[in-house]
Amino acid sequence: MGLMEKCFGFSWGVHPADHKRPAADAPVRVMPMPERLFVPLAQHLGAPALPAVLAGQKVKKGERIANPQGAVSAAIHAPAAGVVTAIGEIPAPHPSGLPVLAVTIEVDGEEACDGADGGPPPCDDPFALDPAEIGRRVAQAGVVGMGGAAFPSALKLSSSKKAGVETLIINGGECEPYLSCDDRLMRDEAPAIVDGIRIMLHATGAREALVGIERNKPEAIAAMREAARAHGDVTIRPIPVRYPMGSEKQLALTLTGREIPAGRLPADAGVVVHNVGTAKAVSEAIRHGRPLISRLVTVNGGAARAPGNILAPVGALVADVLAFAGGLKEEPARLIMGGLMMGMSLPHARVPLVKGTSGILALSAAEVDDRAPDPCIRCASCARACPMGLLPLEMARHIAADDFAGAAGRGLKDCIACGCCAYVCPSRIPLVQYFAHARGRLAAEERARLRLDATRKMAQAKSARLAAEAREKAEAAARRKAERAAAAAKAKAAAEAEAAASEEARALVDA
Amino acid sequence: MNPIAYQAGRTYASPHAHGGGKGARAMFFVQLALAPATLFGFWLYGWPAFFLWLVTILSALFFEFTCLRLMGNKTPGRVLCDGSALLTGWLLAMTLPPWAPWWIGFIGAFIAIVIGKQVFGGLGQNVFNPAMAARVALLISFPLQLTTWVAPLPLAAPPSPGWLESLHIALGQAAPPDAMTSASLLGYARSELARGADLLQAFAAGQAAPRISWLGVRAGSLGESSAPLLALGGLFLLASGVIRWHAPAGMLAGVLVPAFIAHAAAPGAYLDAQAHLLSGALLLGAFFIATDYVTTPITGAGRFIFGLGAGIMTWIIRSLGGYPEGVAFAILFMNALTPLIDRCTRPRVFGRTRAGEALEAGASSGESA
Ligand code: SF4
Ligand code: SF4
Repeated sequence: MGLMEKCFGFSWGVHPADHKRPAADAPVRVMPMPERLFVPLAQHLGAPALPAVLAGQKVKKGERIANPQGAVSAAIHAPAAGVVTAIGEIPAPHPSGLPVLAVTIEVDGEEACDGADGGPPPCDDPFALDPAEIGRRVAQAGVVGMGGAAFPSALKLSSSKKAGVETLIINGGECEPYLSCDDRLMRDEAPAIVDGIRIMLHATGAREALVGIERNKPEAIAAMREAARAHGDVTIRPIPVRYPMGSEKQLALTLTGREIPAGRLPADAGVVVHNVGTAKAVSEAIRHGRPLISRLVTVNGGAARAPGNILAPVGALVADVLAFAGGLKEEPARLIMGGLMMGMSLPHARVPLVKGTSGILALSAAEVDDRAPDPCIRCASCARACPMGLLPLEMARHIAADDFAGAAGRGLKDCIACGCCAYVCPSRIPLVQYFAHARGRLAAEERARLRLDATRKMAQAKSARLAAEAREKAEAAARRKAERAAAAAKAKAAAEAEAAASEEARALVDA
Repeated sequence: MNPIAYQAGRTYASPHAHGGGKGARAMFFVQLALAPATLFGFWLYGWPAFFLWLVTILSALFFEFTCLRLMGNKTPGRVLCDGSALLTGWLLAMTLPPWAPWWIGFIGAFIAIVIGKQVFGGLGQNVFNPAMAARVALLISFPLQLTTWVAPLPLAAPPSPGWLESLHIALGQAAPPDAMTSASLLGYARSELARGADLLQAFAAGQAAPRISWLGVRAGSLGESSAPLLALGGLFLLASGVIRWHAPAGMLAGVLVPAFIAHAAAPGAYLDAQAHLLSGALLLGAFFIATDYVTTPITGAGRFIFGLGAGIMTWIIRSLGGYPEGVAFAILFMNALTPLIDRCTRPRVFGRTRAGEALEAGASSGESA
């Protein structure tokens, strides 16, 4: 950072209290299979998977129950053995309340062996595999990014290979308060994570891997250092504690000094970012042929009786996970899926866990603060906190005046919805909500515009067609007229000729 | 509690936590920072100053309350608690001549709160600093009352007016006795220059000339006299993070650098930097007015430019203009330029050039943590 930027620039980010301990220090508890699992078909970015089973069908643990559909999608596997009882809509973990499609499995407890049907074959020496084959197997195992965005990992691997990415960045930042599942995973499974990282290095052709871990996780740093000691291409890099350090762009900048250009992929800056959980899932998939059917999730918050990390099957209801984790001390003021800063608030606990769920937070009334907003006093705290260098107050001003295009012109596209601005705003203006609202309206406008364009094109095509038809008709009529005229002329000529002939004949007769 | 029974009334937007900052806290800190210099003003100018201060603040609260009521605000009390009307009244009182009659404070508060703030839409919407707008309007409307200064008369000193007498002065029933009126340094310099006198000789000449006082024992506005106490308040605000250094530094530089150069070139025609620093509203303006959130630019660079502009304008008005003091005019002038400064000093967006274009793929910005 230049001197000018230091003096006049912004010290991005915020430092919320992390609330990670004691949950982070408690050993992982393994949740037993609940009676019923609800496995959503859209757990990843992109198109939902296409169900490959029928209601009433028996499935084995790890069996593939849905296939990827379209270019960006991921396979889904049965987290437990049982019977598919329904494929239909269930309440979604989404504030809109719109239901999502899910496969409901009645668990019957019969445990099938690992790697049944759906998963890739186990492999002892992944480094002998062709990089493309690794990508195929990762896709077969249904691995997606486990940091939250849930982008299909196989696609990221193959596109990085194509783009010639040099540096693989592994996100162990876990900058969100309350969450500690990545921390726990690094402490307990460092060798598997490092193995996964090395497999990904092989698959992408990247030169080196940098693992960024925030300094507030000394145990994880030590465990990962130990595991990576024998591998020169994997470097553990402790990074400052600052939210949103775990955001792709900020992490890449901090670790490599490279700035990912606006609107481009990290690969355009020669890097690719994967989460530590993803690295572990890749190792599991390639070495043991295990599909991604369970994950570590942090249960935390003032209303949770026994905060800690739970190894839970995908598709388990939030209510079941909470109950296993010790239940609730009190009615939570808010129930959140994901992190404190970017997670979404749930209307109820009857929604299933998905591959990207890193935490379930039951916040007590003392932890939330629902004071009504005051007017903006232009204090610029939001602008100083914004990691993207935006001016949230300006965007909000345009949005408040229903000028969504104006907000878009002032950086709405660059906003990563990290929530730093709303976190620091002394007037408690719900800035992120403003931005989400504006994005929704802009998307609706865009759809309307596309529709209008389509209608206009159709109308144009129709009038062109009609004009062409009319022209053809007119031409045909003219042609017919001309033909008729010609025929008449011919007939006349014939008649005249005939008359002449008969005249001649008469003359001959006369003669 | 059984988790399955959980049913939220509604869902909430992220983030689900707040840093805990409050606008009222900043206002409170500013008032705290103003207190020493204000108390010093009371001590220096006696009870009339206190009465004027009280009237101005109460009037500001009264007008704020009335406006909110008239506009149908259901909880005017809650808004009053944000402390901004109180602060506006306080700042205005700081800039008034300490023995001005009560109605100066009352009218000033009306101009500041009603015309300067509520007409624009209330807190956060005003373009001009309300206290400065009121101060300028008063100066133009009531030039006599706004330029009648009294010699410093510490409270305990014998000629200082007593309680009752002070009340008369504050109520405007008694004018300050002639023996007590005094010229401010800037006013003296201006009138001497207007006479065509040389400043060096004018200040060298006898008793009549006001002296520079580092402690602030001088004729001047209610709360502008004590440079050390104002600076102390400013440093406190800087240390507590309520204000940032850009605007004060810019403003001080904007006045002192030209003053130094001009005085060095023509000492007879221009006051020196020290006189500028210790006179008028410069320190109050730099630390308390140019740092107002609402009416100044957002970014550090913008605030520096704002301060610099206000400082240079102040020096120009003081040295070349028709008025002896220029801080209020300069601030209002820069307030008007604030949207423009904001537009020119937007921060660089991540992944984009300063012009807003996406960075080249593969290019490294060279920045590293
Ligand atoms: S939510 Fe958007 S505008 Fe607010 S701080 Fe984060 S990136 Fe900046
Ligand atoms: S932090 Fe809040 S009050 Fe301050 S400028 Fe931003 S939006 Fe306005």
